[in-house]
Amino acid sequence: MLGYLLRRIFAAVPVMGVVALFVFLLLRLTPGDPAAILAGDNATPERLERIRTSLGLNDPLIVQFVTWVGKLLHGDLGTSLISNLPVMKMIGQRVEPSISIALSTIILAVVVAVPLGVIAAWKHGTWIDRFVMGLSVLGFSVPVFVVGYVLIEVFAIDLRWVPVQGFRSISNGFGPFFERIILPTCALSFIYIALIARMTRAAMLDVLGEDYVRTARAKGINEVAVMMRHALRNAAVPVITVIGTGFALLISGVVVTESVFNIPGIGRLTVDAVLARDYPVIQAMILLTSLIYIVVNLLIDVAYTLLDPRIRY
Amino acid sequence: MTNPILDINNLVVSIGRKPKGASILDGISIQVHERETLCLVGESGSGKSVTSLTTMGLLPKGTLVPSAGSVKLVGEELLTATDRRLRQLRATQMAMIFQEPMTALNPVVPVGRQIDEVLRAHTDLDAKARKKRILDMMEQVRLPQVERIFASYPHRLSGGQRQRIMIAMALVLEPKLLIADEPTTALDVTTQKQILTLIRDLQRDHGTAVLFITHDMGVVAEIADRVAVMRQGRLVETGTLDSILRNPTMEYTRNLLAAVPSLVPRAPREETKEPVVLEANDLSKVYRERAFFGKGREVVAADKVTLTLRKGRTLGIVGESGSGKSTVARCIVRLIDPTSGGVRLAGREISDISRRLLQPHRKKIQIVFQDPYRSLNPRVTVGESIAEGPINYGVSHADAMKRARELLELVGLPADAGSRYPHQFSGGQRQRIAIARALALDPDVLVADEAVSALDVSVQAQVLELFDEIQKRLGIAILFITHDLRVAAQICDEVVVMQHGRVVEQGPAAEVLTHPKEAYTRALLEAAPGRGWDFANFRPVAESLASA
Repeated sequence: MLGYLLRRIFAAVPVMGVVALFVFLLLRLTPGDPAAILAGDNATPERLERIRTSLGLNDPLIVQFVTWVGKLLHGDLGTSLISNLPVMKMIGQRVEPSISIALSTIILAVVVAVPLGVIAAWKHGTWIDRFVMGLSVLGFSVPVFVVGYVLIEVFAIDLRWVPVQGFRSISNGFGPFFERIILPTCALSFIYIALIARMTRAAMLDVLGEDYVRTARAKGINEVAVMMRHALRNAAVPVITVIGTGFALLISGVVVTESVFNIPGIGRLTVDAVLARDYPVIQAMILLTSLIYIVVNLLIDVAYTLLDPRIRY
Repeated sequence: MTNPILDINNLVVSIGRKPKGASILDGISIQVHERETLCLVGESGSGKSVTSLTTMGLLPKGTLVPSAGSVKLVGEELLTATDRRLRQLRATQMAMIFQEPMTALNPVVPVGRQIDEVLRAHTDLDAKARKKRILDMMEQVRLPQVERIFASYPHRLSGGQRQRIMIAMALVLEPKLLIADEPTTALDVTTQKQILTLIRDLQRDHGTAVLFITHDMGVVAEIADRVAVMRQGRLVETGTLDSILRNPTMEYTRNLLAAVPSLVPRAPREETKEPVVLEANDLSKVYRERAFFGKGREVVAADKVTLTLRKGRTLGIVGESGSGKSTVARCIVRLIDPTSGGVRLAGREISDISRRLLQPHRKKIQIVFQDPYRSLNPRVTVGESIAEGPINYGVSHADAMKRARELLELVGLPADAGSRYPHQFSGGQRQRIAIARALALDPDVLVADEAVSALDVSVQAQVLELFDEIQKRLGIAILFITHDLRVAAQICDEVVVMQHGRVVEQGPAAEVLTHPKEAYTRALLEAAPGRGWDFANFRPVAESLASA
C-alpha cells in the first residue's frame, strides 16, 4: 500500500512538470512582449526595461524556466501586478473560504444523495423512484444563482435566520462561520445532490442484478443489510469517482456562488485576475488547480483499493 | 412413507399479476423426502430454476408471480408466508447454492464474514462460538487451511473452493432442505466430481433433503435417487433414477437421453493421406505482467504445443479450464500473438508475419466461439454479419448476400433468415449462424472454441451433426476445442489432452479416450459424470459391453 502511494506520487511529478511548463510558456508565448503585457499600455521604455531585468526576460528561455521553477519550489509564485502583494499570500487568504464551502457542500451532497439513490434503486420503478429522479432533473436544471437568491430571500431577508452574505473564518468561532456558510452550501449542493443521487441509483441498479445480491437474500438477512453491506459497497466505485471529481471542480469553480454570497474565495480571485490580466495570479491558480486535481485523483484511487480488494496496488 | 420435506403441489407461476398472463410453470407437483435427492432435469427454459426460486421466495417481485397451487416446507405453506417469515426460514430450514460460484459471493467481503452473516442473522451465538462453528463447517466441506481461507476474499479462491464456501454457507445451520441449482455446471469435471461427492456425504451426515437442478444427464446418474423431467414449465415424468434411465415412458425423456453423447468414441475413420493444412510447432504463449518496481510475474499459458491437422479431419483439444486450450486456438488464429514457436497454415508460416501480411491468410482459418448470445453483433442483420467477411475481401455486396443465403440453407436455416436480427433466433440457431459466418470465407480450417458447450444436449447433438456434415461436404479441417470428453469422443479423429499449458497426451481419439496412457487423462475420464451409463441405449455401459 505504501509502495503504491509512493509510486503514484512519483508518477504525479512529470504531470506537474508539464503543467509548470505550460504555465511558464503561457506568458512567454503570448504574442507581444511579456514586459509590455505586464506593464500595461502606458509604460515608459525605462519601466519596460526595468521589468525585463527584474523578471530576467533578457536571459535565454531555458535559464528563465529553471529560475522560475526554482522560485516555485521555494514557494515564490511571484507578485501580483495589480495589488503588488505576493501571490502566495493572496491565495493563502482566499483558500479557506473556498475549501470550507467545497467540503461542506460535498459532505451535505453525499449525506443526502447517497441514501436517495439507494432508496430510488431499491424501490425501482415505483413513485418513490420517479420522485427522486424528478428532483434530480430539477437539481440539474435550476441554475445555482437562482437557488442562491431564493435561499437568501427566504432565510436571510424574510425569516432573518442567517446573515445575507459574507464569510467568517472558523477561527472566529463556529457559530458565525456556520451561519454564513449554510446558505451557499445548500445552494451549491443542489446540483451535486442531483448528480450523485443519479450515479448512486444507476450503480445500485447494476449491482442489484448481481448473483451475490441473490445469495445475500437467500441467506435470509434483512433488506437493509442486503442494500448496505452487499449492494452499496459494490456500487461505491463509480460513486466515489463522481464525488471526487465533483470536489475538485468545487474548489476552483464556485465563482457564481462566491459572487452571489459575496465570499472572498479563490473562484473570484481567479476571475478577477483573468479580467485584470494579472498573469502571476493566473499562473498560480492554474498550478493550484492542477495540483488539487492530482491529489483528488490520487485519493480516489486509494479509495478504490480500500473499497475493492480485487483492485491491486 | 414419511412426510415430505418439500411438497410442491400443482404450482403455477405466471408472468405479471394479470390473471390471463402466460405461465412459466404450469401445474408442477414434486415431493422431496428426508435423505433423498430429487434431480430436476430439463433443458433451458424448462422452468427448473423458477421452481427453486419460487420455493425460496426469491422470484423477481412483480414480474413472476405464483398464481396457483402450493409449496409446503415441512407442512408449512410458503406461498402465503410473509417476507419476514421467509427470511427466518431461509438458511435455517431451506438453503440454496447457485450455479456460478464466481459471481455468487460478494467480491468485497471476506468469505468468512459472509458465512458469519448467516449466523448473526439467525442465531444468538457470540463471536467466538460463531467462528468456531464456521471453521468447523469449512472443514466439513473439506477446505484446506480454514483459518487462512476464512479471511480471504472470493477472488483469491478457485471456483471449486468458492462453491465449497457456498455449500458451507448453505449448510451451516443444518437446513432440512438444500436446493442446488446447477452447482457444478461451471466447474471442471474433476472439481465437479469432488463437489458431487461432498454434497452426497453431507446429505448422508445431516439427513438433508436435496432438490438438485441440472441439465446434465451424467450428473443425474451420479447423484439422483429420483428424477423429475421438466419441459416448458410442465412435468414430463418422474420416477426413480433407474426407471427413468432404463425405461423412460415419455418420448421427450427418451429423446433427451438419446441426445447425450456417448463417452465411447465413435468408430475411427480411416487414416488419410490428405495434405496437412495446419501445423503448430513448439507454440508457446507467455503472459508477462510488468511491474513498476521489482520483477514482473510470468504466466506460461501454452508451453511448446505441437500439433498437426490434415484436410477433412477433426482434431480435438481437450482439457480443463486454465489448461491453455483456448490460448492455443487463439494463437493459431492469430487473435493473439504467440511468444515463440511456429504456425503453418496451408504451408505458409503465419506466426510471425505482420498483421497486414496476415490479411490474405485470415480467410483460410475461421473461428466459431462459445457463446452464441454474445458473438453476433445484435444491431446487424444475420445476412450482413455473414456477408461482412467476403465483402472485406472484395466480393460485391450482392454476391456476398447471395452467398450468405446459400450458407444459411447449408446450416439448416431458411434463406430468408438473413434479413432478421440475432435476438430473433434461439441459441442453437445462432450457433448455426456463427458457423455460416465462419464458412463464408471458404476457410481450410474451422476452429470451434467450445462451440457447443453453451447449448442444450438435444441442440448440441444437432450442431455436432452439422459440423460433421459440413466436413463431409466441404472437406474442411476442424480444430475442436472442448472441455467435454463426451463431445470429443463423438466428433474427433485425434485428440490432444492439455494440462497447465502443456500437451499431456495426444493420439487417435479411439485410443486416447479408451486406453489412456497418462494418469491425467485417466483422471479426466474417471471424473466424467455418468460414465457408467450408456444413456442413448438406456442401460449401463457394462451391459452394453456384455451384449456387444
